[in-house]
Amino acid sequence: MSYSLDFSAVIERLPELLLACLATIGLALAGMTLATVIGVLGVIARRSRFAWLRALTIGFVEVIRNTPFLVQIFFIFFALPQLGVRLNPTVTAIIALALNGGAYAIEIIRGGVDAIPKGQVEAGLALGLHKAQIFRFIVLKPALRAVYPSLTSQFIMLTLTTSVCTSIAAYELTSVAQKIEADTFRSFEVYFSITILYLIISSLMMGVFALISRISFSYPVK
Amino acid sequence: MPQTTANQTPLIAMEGVGKWYGAYHALRNVNISVAKGEKIVLCGPSGSGKSTLIRCINHLEEIQEGKITVEGTVLTGSTSAVDAVRREVGMVFQSFNLFPHMTILENCTLAPMRVKKLSKAEAEATARKYLERVRIVDQADKFPAQLSGGQQQRAAIARALCMEPKAMLFDEPTSALDPEMVKEVLDTMIGLARDGMTMICVTHEMGFARQVADRVVFMASGEIIEEGTPEEFFRNPQHQRTRAFLGEILAHH
Repeated sequence: MSYSLDFSAVIERLPELLLACLATIGLALAGMTLATVIGVLGVIARRSRFAWLRALTIGFVEVIRNTPFLVQIFFIFFALPQLGVRLNPTVTAIIALALNGGAYAIEIIRGGVDAIPKGQVEAGLALGLHKAQIFRFIVLKPALRAVYPSLTSQFIMLTLTTSVCTSIAAYELTSVAQKIEADTFRSFEVYFSITILYLIISSLMMGVFALISRISFSYPVK
Repeated sequence: MPQTTANQTPLIAMEGVGKWYGAYHALRNVNISVAKGEKIVLCGPSGSGKSTLIRCINHLEEIQEGKITVEGTVLTGSTSAVDAVRREVGMVFQSFNLFPHMTILENCTLAPMRVKKLSKAEAEATARKYLERVRIVDQADKFPAQLSGGQQQRAAIARALCMEPKAMLFDEPTSALDPEMVKEVLDTMIGLARDGMTMICVTHEMGFARQVADRVVFMASGEIIEEGTPEEFFRNPQHQRTRAFLGEILAHH
């Protein structure tokens, strides 16, 4: 093998890569936050007394979970402009990540809500609370706690999926890496470096998830 | 109805109540009226419909036949009637059903703040008063899982009392408890009875029935088979099924 490693090009452009890491983290955080909101609202919609709303939610979840993310993001970026909806790459990326993550979050959170013992709801009803109050104050937190590991691993997936947003030239780590590769032809060094950077980003995320868990879900259970 | 104070309208009245789960006939023509301050013990073999009966009173279960009136409110399915009834009637469950993610104090303040719209300070003052009464005010800042079963059930009683209900329903409140904790919960209930609370208790604690009940009601197969003062009921049960039941359960005590 005559290939000799040379990281000098990568090191020279490290500031660009680090900035792109921030962009990736930003996309991921925006996606996760919105996905959580979609997840919770979706679960509420899924339990609505209106059949059309339940059907709409199920349809949304099935469409998202049974089509590729790449097609979803292309749809938003290339197909919607034909209908007059033109979004910039970053906004498109956030929307695609939120919708995709949200569909999975709906299914995960629904599992947690279903796992809450019936007695919890009955205790709320007997106290005179209404269904919405029971969901918000009694059911939601224990449900999120129950599915927190699944939800966070889904969110790590979402974080890594931000790299697919390079396909619409959104500004994030992989697209910046591609640019540096094209400029320097240092493919191995570039992709090796961003592999490490993605690992660091994921580890940071897991650290934050653990911290959130310790703050929000620390109550003891038997 | 024999024992109710005749000059009062009953606090709770069930007239010709029938309930089915699908094809299963859970309650058959149930008639009972409970006067203010009266203590009723409901007993009977498992599956006899006693839990179902009290769960109909606060509309955790819907009835298909008959009429339930609580404090003058006819319990139709309408939200306002259900809300009105649930405001007046507290319930204590076999499995406590405390909210695991809230401290005992938060368990007690949730409904007063959200339903009665009390301020946090008012709700906490009320909560501490009732936690004091069930003698666990020192546990106010703990989570349910940190308490013993008996303490949890007393907390659940306090939580219900915080809504200042006119009547309390107890659904086998001591059945999930270790034997050594039954007494502390029963003592709490006896205290409540002495203070004049209207109570309907589904329980097999016949000692408790003797001590506090104004009337013991025996159910089997979804029907009220017989009722009477504890004295009559235990000394001279009329019905064969009552005698068989009492034989069973008193043999173990």
